[in-house]
Amino acid sequence: MEITVTHYVVLACVLFSTGVYGVITRKNILVVLMCLELMLNSCNLLFVVFSRLYEGATGHVFVLMSVTVAAAEVAIGLAFVVSIYRQKQSLDIDLLKLLRG
Amino acid sequence: MVVSHKNPVLSAISLVLTLFSTAVLFVLLHAHFIAAIQILIYAGAIMVLFLFTVMFLNIREKEFRFDSINIQKRMTFLFIFLVAVGLLSSRLFSSSPVVFSKLKDPENFGTVAEVGRSLLSDYLLAFELASVLVVVAMVGVVIIAKGRES
Repeated sequence: MEITVTHYVVLACVLFSTGVYGVITRKNILVVLMCLELMLNSCNLLFVVFSRLYEGATGHVFVLMSVTVAAAEVAIGLAFVVSIYRQKQSLDIDLLKLLRG
Repeated sequence: MVVSHKNPVLSAISLVLTLFSTAVLFVLLHAHFIAAIQILIYAGAIMVLFLFTVMFLNIREKEFRFDSINIQKRMTFLFIFLVAVGLLSSRLFSSSPVVFSKLKDPENFGTVAEVGRSLLSDYLLAFELASVLVVVAMVGVVIIAKGRES
């Protein structure tokens, strides 16, 4: 069976949907961050696929930027997690209602 | 696997597996530099950071309970995702698909030289802004994680 661009797009859709599902349903803040990584990764996959399709390096540059932003975001997010755990002694995101949302 | 494990360590290891598989797909797409970056930064640095935090916080057993979201909500989201994926795939399958093995292999596609030339000529501003972003993130992390006991 030949691998077409459709297979990659469907795979990226499934990865992204898994990420969204995890972000919505999980309550552990660490797992929510991991699902965010999953979503970013599926977008990277799409960038690389279409960069291959149209044969330019632009998609690769975008993926590099996205990886940089993901690394910065994970570092800040985990610092927040540590800070939150110090205050609340828990990682449950339902306890984060400081803004009374 | 990332979503469904109760233990955050196991879901982190599943995420590493997923990222490795994506890196393999990048190699298949002739994006060798991106694949190397993926393994080094994602599977290396970011996942080590995750596992370090999980083990640093030393979460007690009661944190690992299964999250109580009612089944109705879950089924709704599952349904939405199935519909979205179905719509997208039907739209794509109807058009003529592009077979990747029939594409010609470009000379230096996805190499470090090609990506680096593009990064340092056309996207120089974005490159510099990314470095500024990383510095800001580093300073922010140090300040946030230090707390305010000083």
